[in-house]
Amino acid sequence: MRITTIIVAILSLFLFISCGNDNESQQNRSQGETQNGLTEFELEHGIGPVTERVELGVIDPEKVDKGRSIYEMKCEACHNMEGRMVGPALGDVMERRSAEFVMNFILNPSGMTREHPVGKELLREYMTPMPFQNVTEPEARAIVEFLRDHSNN
Amino acid sequence: MKKQKSNMLRGMMIGAGFVAVAAFLFTGCPSQQGMLDTRDAAEKVYVAPGEHDEYYAFLSGGYSGQLSVWGLPSSRFLKVIPVFSQDPETGYGYSEETKPLFQTSYGFIPWDDSHHPHISQTDGDADGRWIFINANNTPRIARIDLDTFETKEIIEVPNTGGNHASSFVTSNSEYVIGATRFSIPYEKDLDVPIDSYADNFNGALSFLSIDQETGRMNLDFQIIVPPYNYDLGRAGKGISSDWVFFTTYNTELAHTLLEVNASQNDKDFVAAVNWRKAAEFVAEGHGRTMDAEYYHNYYEGNQGFAVSHVKNEVTVLYPEDVEEFMYFLPTPKSPHGVDIDPTGEYIVAGGKLATVIPVHSFSRMLEAIENRDFEGDSNGIPIINYEATIAGEVEDPGLGPLHTEFDGDGYAYTSVYISSEIVKWSLDTFEVVDRIDSYYSIGHLMITGGDTKNPDKRYLVGLTKTAKDRYLPTGPKQNHPAQLYDISGDRMQLLYDFPTIGEPHYAQAIAANKITERVKQIYEMEENDHPHAVRRVGDARVERDGDVVRVYMASIRSHFRPDNIEGIRVGDTVYFHLTNLEQEWDVVHGIGIKGANNAEILVAPGQTKTLKWEPTRTGIYPFYCTAFCSALHQEMQGYVRVSAADSDVELVWRTGN
Ligand code: HEC
Ligand SMILES: [Cu+2]
Repeated sequence: MRITTIIVAILSLFLFISCGNDNESQQNRSQGETQNGLTEFELEHGIGPVTERVELGVIDPEKVDKGRSIYEMKCEACHNMEGRMVGPALGDVMERRSAEFVMNFILNPSGMTREHPVGKELLREYMTPMPFQNVTEPEARAIVEFLRDHSNN
Repeated sequence: MKKQKSNMLRGMMIGAGFVAVAAFLFTGCPSQQGMLDTRDAAEKVYVAPGEHDEYYAFLSGGYSGQLSVWGLPSSRFLKVIPVFSQDPETGYGYSEETKPLFQTSYGFIPWDDSHHPHISQTDGDADGRWIFINANNTPRIARIDLDTFETKEIIEVPNTGGNHASSFVTSNSEYVIGATRFSIPYEKDLDVPIDSYADNFNGALSFLSIDQETGRMNLDFQIIVPPYNYDLGRAGKGISSDWVFFTTYNTELAHTLLEVNASQNDKDFVAAVNWRKAAEFVAEGHGRTMDAEYYHNYYEGNQGFAVSHVKNEVTVLYPEDVEEFMYFLPTPKSPHGVDIDPTGEYIVAGGKLATVIPVHSFSRMLEAIENRDFEGDSNGIPIINYEATIAGEVEDPGLGPLHTEFDGDGYAYTSVYISSEIVKWSLDTFEVVDRIDSYYSIGHLMITGGDTKNPDKRYLVGLTKTAKDRYLPTGPKQNHPAQLYDISGDRMQLLYDFPTIGEPHYAQAIAANKITERVKQIYEMEENDHPHAVRRVGDARVERDGDVVRVYMASIRSHFRPDNIEGIRVGDTVYFHLTNLEQEWDVVHGIGIKGANNAEILVAPGQTKTLKWEPTRTGIYPFYCTAFCSALHQEMQGYVRVSAADSDVELVWRTGN
């Protein structure tokens, strides 16, 4: 019995050693990732489809209304304006984050919480991954308008 | 105790070591291994984890009433689509939205026997828009949308007993067909002696048109035919695409001990019907209107409630009222399947009791009609001379040939029940060229891309009736098997053998990309037109109207809104209208309530579904999400307080305070 154990152990060891050479490259890759390899823009404005600064201008009441109705359908179940719920309060989010950051969070929440240091930190704190709610880029822009309007009032 | 544990651990390590060593010896390093060199069966069915199969296969559920979906060649089970039977797993047939689909002129029917799935066609090819399937027992046809894999419509077929020769579609999905297997009096609810069969009973062939936009069916007309048993049907292809064909047995007109009494005649018939002509006669007003009662159930809008409409009339066409449009082709003996080759020229009948497989020629049939080469008529329907249409008889096909499919490369494959085998024969010489065993007692068979103009000569699936010793034994009643064969070469090769769900009769397989292109990942919230949907989170609420309480509830990871409800009373009827606010693929929430005499309800992303609950006892009732939806799924719960019938507890609801 003991001899079998030893033989099997030796054989398995041999197997792991002989097949071990491509572990190295894997390690290198994951090290690159932890150094987060993000661009300056991505660090500040998030990772996602929005890769350029967005022109904000004066608040457009039509966009505000559109943004509000999307928010009430697709976001309000998890976010309060004041106080933590499933996710963080969004009443002051436009003061904390750029418009592009918020849009990227809406459009690419899984990317943001997996690859962006702020998103990773938020996920660790809230423990529920924010879902993608099938929102288009213009709709995300409208939500930003609604949140800007809220901050102003 | 400790000793035992370490022994077990060591055992496991040895085991794991052996597996690793064995794997290594056979295959080399995991990262370097290619595919095995040996072209053996395992390699051919192997689809690596995360890779997708090449074909979707839809296997009828038979007495399960459902339709199961598999991937080929791996034979991976993908899903059961509930169709004619209630499904407590999903709440199908239990939710208020889906109950109307089960309505018939006999009331709510929770079960049926589903036989022949058929995929909608464009220009003779399967197009992956819809799949139809028949209910044999209480005659109906269902339509399943292949963008959601959900049953969206069920229509009852009146004046029919055993809708077996169904639900085959014509080349451009103009019609889906049905027929009576058991002839019955063709007058609603007619109460007559059974032995007045010959005088009072009739057959009916049904033609349901299909709306090309929505897929919705409409019973356009029925043809009144002699009281035979109409067993199976198929639409023609190419040159014969204006025609449909049905097998008949019991031309003896027996109504008892058919096993003996309906096996007297040497030949029964294949009925050939020019559906295009028949439809024109009907459009020109040559049909008669008859009383009938049948239900038509479907989703009116996007995702809301299915609705039931009762119809009270049907248009029937009597062959004697119009010019000729149908013929009988004498065919030996008690034929079961009738199958049309990809060119539309050959009409192959599986004579259960015949010693040969008779093959009729469509073009010779047209000539015979032209030449009036008839041997008589039945109820005014001409019977064509056997010799005039027969193109060949396949000798030595085995005992009990049933069904035939084609590979598009000049060969036909016939399932043979009693001798439990598949025979491959040439459409050129009508000679058997190969045969292979089936395990055991094969019924239908199907070829990938089959029953179209362009079958794929890749795989054949044999659907067999008994498993016996094929798998680990599971008691006196076991699941029905299926076998996967490679037919790409000259000889058939058995690749795989797997147990199925229910009792598959017919099945169809379609190239996966014809469907993956159209599959939806979510129901869009913006398009949710359910009258009780929670479209804004702020609309979550509870309303009372007399004894009816409606809970407009929303769910999202990981809570219900509202999740505390008080003021329900014994005697109330409570409807939980649950909207899943998720918009992410495959994130499903469900609800189960303690003591509810009902199933759980599962709700797909963006959908609204309703659970009806009639509490009979006071108390606190927990409810919870039945789908493991998130890390905090165990927290996804709530309470309902039920008070006495005469209590004055105020109706209140809350979430989070
Ligand atoms: C299922 C609950 C849920 C829904 C629905 C949801 N979120 Fe979130 N949201 C979260 C959570 C939780 C976080 C924190 C990050 C994480 O855990 O993924 C978050 C983070 C955010 C952030 C980043 C906040 C910050 O402080 O940087 C923004 C912005 C945001 N959400 C906006 C939205 C918008 C807009 C919608 C609607 C389109 C929405 N969320 C829908 C749960 C949700
Ligand atoms: Cu849940």
